[in-house]
Amino acid sequence: MTPLNIALVGNPNCGKTALFNLLTGSRQKVANYAGATVERKEGWFTTPAGHTVRLLDLPGAYSLNATSPDEAVTRDVCAGTYRGEAAPDLLVCVADATNLRLHLRFVLEMRNLGRPVVLALNMIDAAQRGGMEIDLPRLQAEIGMPVVPTVGIKRDGARSLLAQLDDTLPPVPVPLPAGTDLHAIVRQILSDCVTQSTPLSDRVEERLDRWVLHPVWGPVILIVLLFFMFQAVFAWAQPLMDGIDAGMGWLGQQVGRLLPDGVLRSLIVDGVIAGAGSVVTFLPQILILFAWILALEESGYLPRAAFLLDRLMSFAGLSGRSFIPLLSSFACAVPGVMATRTIQNPRDRLVTILIAPLMTCSARLPVYTLLIGAFIPHRNIAGFLNLQGLVLFGLYALGIISAVVVARVLRWRDPDRQEATLLMELPAYRLPNPRDLALGLWERARIFLMRVGTTIVSLTVLLWGLSSFPAPPPGAPGPAIDWSLAGRIGHLMMPVFAPLGFNWQICVALIPGLAAREVAVGALATVYSLGSGTDTDQAAAQLGQMLPTHWSMATALSLLAWYVYAPQCVATLAVIRRETASWRVVALAAGYLFALAYAAAFLTYHIARMF
Amino acid sequence: MRLSDLPRGTDAVIDSVDDHGSIDPVAQRLRELGFVPGEAVRVVATAPMGGDPLAVRIGFTRFALRRTEADRVNVHPAGAQA
Repeated sequence: MTPLNIALVGNPNCGKTALFNLLTGSRQKVANYAGATVERKEGWFTTPAGHTVRLLDLPGAYSLNATSPDEAVTRDVCAGTYRGEAAPDLLVCVADATNLRLHLRFVLEMRNLGRPVVLALNMIDAAQRGGMEIDLPRLQAEIGMPVVPTVGIKRDGARSLLAQLDDTLPPVPVPLPAGTDLHAIVRQILSDCVTQSTPLSDRVEERLDRWVLHPVWGPVILIVLLFFMFQAVFAWAQPLMDGIDAGMGWLGQQVGRLLPDGVLRSLIVDGVIAGAGSVVTFLPQILILFAWILALEESGYLPRAAFLLDRLMSFAGLSGRSFIPLLSSFACAVPGVMATRTIQNPRDRLVTILIAPLMTCSARLPVYTLLIGAFIPHRNIAGFLNLQGLVLFGLYALGIISAVVVARVLRWRDPDRQEATLLMELPAYRLPNPRDLALGLWERARIFLMRVGTTIVSLTVLLWGLSSFPAPPPGAPGPAIDWSLAGRIGHLMMPVFAPLGFNWQICVALIPGLAAREVAVGALATVYSLGSGTDTDQAAAQLGQMLPTHWSMATALSLLAWYVYAPQCVATLAVIRRETASWRVVALAAGYLFALAYAAAFLTYHIARMF
Repeated sequence: MRLSDLPRGTDAVIDSVDDHGSIDPVAQRLRELGFVPGEAVRVVATAPMGGDPLAVRIGFTRFALRRTEADRVNVHPAGAQA
């Protein structure tokens, strides 16, 4: 028997995804729609009578009159015109029973698609608790399609829906004449079928929003939440990351002992294990950050945070939605770019992805610490400001200011410069459901490990190859890397980088540093023959003493400026590729960051040389 | 008066939504979201730093919108004549 194709449609925040998770459990596949960056979620389940169902969770939409790529996908799949998607046999339209005034209008639009439709009246329990009584038989007669009550967050909340699916397909609803005033019909239905006994102002939203959206208390609550979020990301993730780091190091040693000294051992230990290690060390940060973001999103707080921050972000031509992804990028641009999924507007999302690498991530710190410690005098300015701290602050500020400028330029260059819009729903507050959180986290972890991880590991192996081959002839002087392809490329890069004040040692160190920014410290130690770079702290301490004798102040400042901008991170580029499904965007990001890095380092070097 | 001029906490009724230009997706979307004549509306909050954007309640739903968006919505205070 061929499976039944069912599509779940409904307004954003109607509880559609909870219902989808309830029906399909972990039998889900997440991908993108062909030719679009819209997330496609599909799942499978078997009804009590044994029918196999292929369920598509369509993106939330307010109307078939699409205003975003998400809504266009929903419109086209519902109409059966999306290339590569089978036309659904049945549409299950989900509406939040506590928000029928908004959601029923979209349900009425479904009547004109010429497909069987079932209305799932979701969160019916919350509606009843709120003192709302709905006359289901009458609603069914007036809306012109079968109506089933559902509770997406309860174990047997889909029972009536499943019973309906085991029945024969309902008839295609009678279409409404063109030009019908859908709002008028909704009002009529609500007055006929719904009685509300509790006054509106008693609702939880009313009381909570008085604090959460308050001009003074609102930002205070937000700052406290963000403080705990970052405390969690840094304080809780760090021991886990150190543990994984140590574990991968131990694994490398153990494997190294088993294998004979040679190319194979180096490939496995320095290439594959080191590459995989750099991937999994990201995981604790990503999971903790996403646990927070998902909980904030599910609870209904995230759009309210966006409301509070909208004004601030409008300086960069963005909306409040971009704030949390950008803030996350101070930890690491990889989860930051992944978090841009909460931005509905595709243009805002793209701009946010492009400027996320300008937020100073934690991997830049070892490089900054090394160079500032070695070159900037430990001196107080105006009695209390530490010069080293001031320089570090300046580097962070430079990144932020540049991000605002870049965002504004991108907006200004936008061909169809649309009015900046916000218009977003502030949904009802909800306690996040553990199952939905767990599934959401699992999805993020899988995407990161499978899609981004494979790219990072292959590029790390490639960089290892460049830094290891060809091997130096026996007894050759100088560090081995100098004889390798990376060394040769480093020397070839010299004419390009000499105007920035970089010497060949810096150029060579930049190549392995592409794998991760902090690797550059170890690579510099290797190039200056300070041992194999196994103990980074020791190497950094030795480098700190030695560098001032090898580099001028202008070179050091130039390298600092370079690091504010340079696209020195394969993981970020890999995640941009995954999230935008476009090499063009990757090229654009890498290109503009490189250009800015070059210009900034060039100016810094030449200005610094004048003093 | 415009929705953007409505004081916080005042109940009002929507008169109309103006189109800015011949095709105005924002006005169209506002109507789809229920900003239609006769609907009760109230500004429940204004954002810090200059009171932009606004949070409004319409029916059971709350929306955040910028003042430029709220400018399109004409309202009159509840109890007064349109």
